[in-house]
Amino acid sequence: MLDRRTTYWALYLPPLFWLGVFFLAPLALMAAFSLRADMSANLLQDWTPTLKQYADLFEAGTYWRLLAISVLMALIVAVIATLLAYPVAYFLAFRVGVRASFYLILLLVPFWTSYLLRVMAWKIMLGSNGVINSFLIYTGLTDEPLPALLYNRTAVVITLIYVWIPFAALPILAALQRIDPALFEAAADLGAAPARRFWRVTFPLSLPGVLAAFFLVFIPTVGEYVTPLLVGGSQGSMYGNIIQDFFSKAANWPLGSALSMIMLVVTMALVLVAMRFVDLRRLIE
Amino acid sequence: MSVYTARPRTVRAPSLLRGYYVGLIALLYLPIGVLFLFSINANATLSFPLQGLTLGWYEKLFESEAVLRAARNSLVVAAGSSFVATALGTMVALAATRYSSRSRGLLVALAVLPLIVPFVVLAVALFLLFEQAFDVDRSLWTVGAAHTIVALPYVLLIVAARLAGFNPHLEEAAMDLGAAYPTVLRRITLPIIAPAMLAAWLTAFTVSFDEFALALFLAGTEPTFPVYLFSQLRFANRLPIMIALAVLLMIGTLTLVFIAERIRRSE
Repeated sequence: MLDRRTTYWALYLPPLFWLGVFFLAPLALMAAFSLRADMSANLLQDWTPTLKQYADLFEAGTYWRLLAISVLMALIVAVIATLLAYPVAYFLAFRVGVRASFYLILLLVPFWTSYLLRVMAWKIMLGSNGVINSFLIYTGLTDEPLPALLYNRTAVVITLIYVWIPFAALPILAALQRIDPALFEAAADLGAAPARRFWRVTFPLSLPGVLAAFFLVFIPTVGEYVTPLLVGGSQGSMYGNIIQDFFSKAANWPLGSALSMIMLVVTMALVLVAMRFVDLRRLIE
Repeated sequence: MSVYTARPRTVRAPSLLRGYYVGLIALLYLPIGVLFLFSINANATLSFPLQGLTLGWYEKLFESEAVLRAARNSLVVAAGSSFVATALGTMVALAATRYSSRSRGLLVALAVLPLIVPFVVLAVALFLLFEQAFDVDRSLWTVGAAHTIVALPYVLLIVAARLAGFNPHLEEAAMDLGAAYPTVLRRITLPIIAPAMLAAWLTAFTVSFDEFALALFLAGTEPTFPVYLFSQLRFANRLPIMIALAVLLMIGTLTLVFIAERIRRSE
């Protein structure tokens, strides 16, 4: 019969094995691949590690520019989505009372629907003979379709903000709900006006939630490639799209792997920064 | 009742906030509503004004062999990968919450890490694994393997929350009465966390069913639903059919998410 200790390893080893094979090994393989000079030989054949791909990347400024643009776009998306989500979270935390769960679910339904489909919906909304343009023409607000709505970085940013707002509201809501109501009473007793109560009591106490929302949107958005693929076109591509390109159109896997490694390192660095500000364990609970 | 209101309330602000909430909700639902409208619009071009209503696109959808095949592919991948993810995720959750061994930290960190790694990076890495190291053709199997990895953190979080929430004395009592630990797991622990495992399984299922970023890299000749949908987007005359497909897909995943949420919240 299995004792408690053996049971532990019986629980421990299968997931460890699985994650090792399908998570760690591929990442290690990608790291190894980024050190290859070219992709002529098979992986199992002998090859000398080289930093050629990284050297090429450092020389060509375009990749860094695109990475910087992607970080900037993610920053804009995260800031605006968090700002737009704050009043909603505040409304849900303090103004709806018993129907709170209904209002919350109403907010979350769009988030629960498929990501691809919501992005696709925006493609249809923004297209040159899409919903917004045909509506503008139909109502006589313009004669010509506005061409600049789709296939640029603005379209990507708008779509991403749309996708993230409901999600950004969640950590802010959690932070607001943790505030002890007695603090508001105390502030009122001491004569603080509503606006002052908000800026001196509510807002500072909700900051951990605000920061969590910001990072939870910011970090995944840096590595985004699906939304630019659908609504960005060639004008609106992000860093993730060139990685994808090197594995599909321009088959250059070592260079693609090097780009991907940089993406991985940047993301991990951002997570470490986020962990200085946000207690991630608290989010899980 | 206190003389002072316990909440930071002003006279004017509530209606303003409510208006903001209603406006934002309307904006959030607008694109989804538009999708629905065009799925029953008689005209094939996606523009206003609508040209009358039809269910024809839905009919065409069910006549299409390729659509049904993609649907079947996604169901198979989602069912398989969510089963594996639930089993493995529950094991990690048990090892993490029922033992104090130092090695558990490593496993938990490893199991949560897929949440952080960008999908494009994971997709590229798995692509290299299958193409170069395993030398296997990309297929529904490779998509399924990828989906077990990204669904695992969700399972872990849902099941671990349940495990943390119930009284460990129940397990201790059973062991005091002479039950061996595996028996305790089977007879006490698993029945108690069964609803959480079901919710986790449904969540893993929808994660896989909706997943596009990894599937685009890893699907071979057999597309999953989202990959198929994406491949059809460039054919303008098929767009209304694809929108009808999108609406059905949306309703399907929403139903699953609702069931999962109900189970999770009812505990």
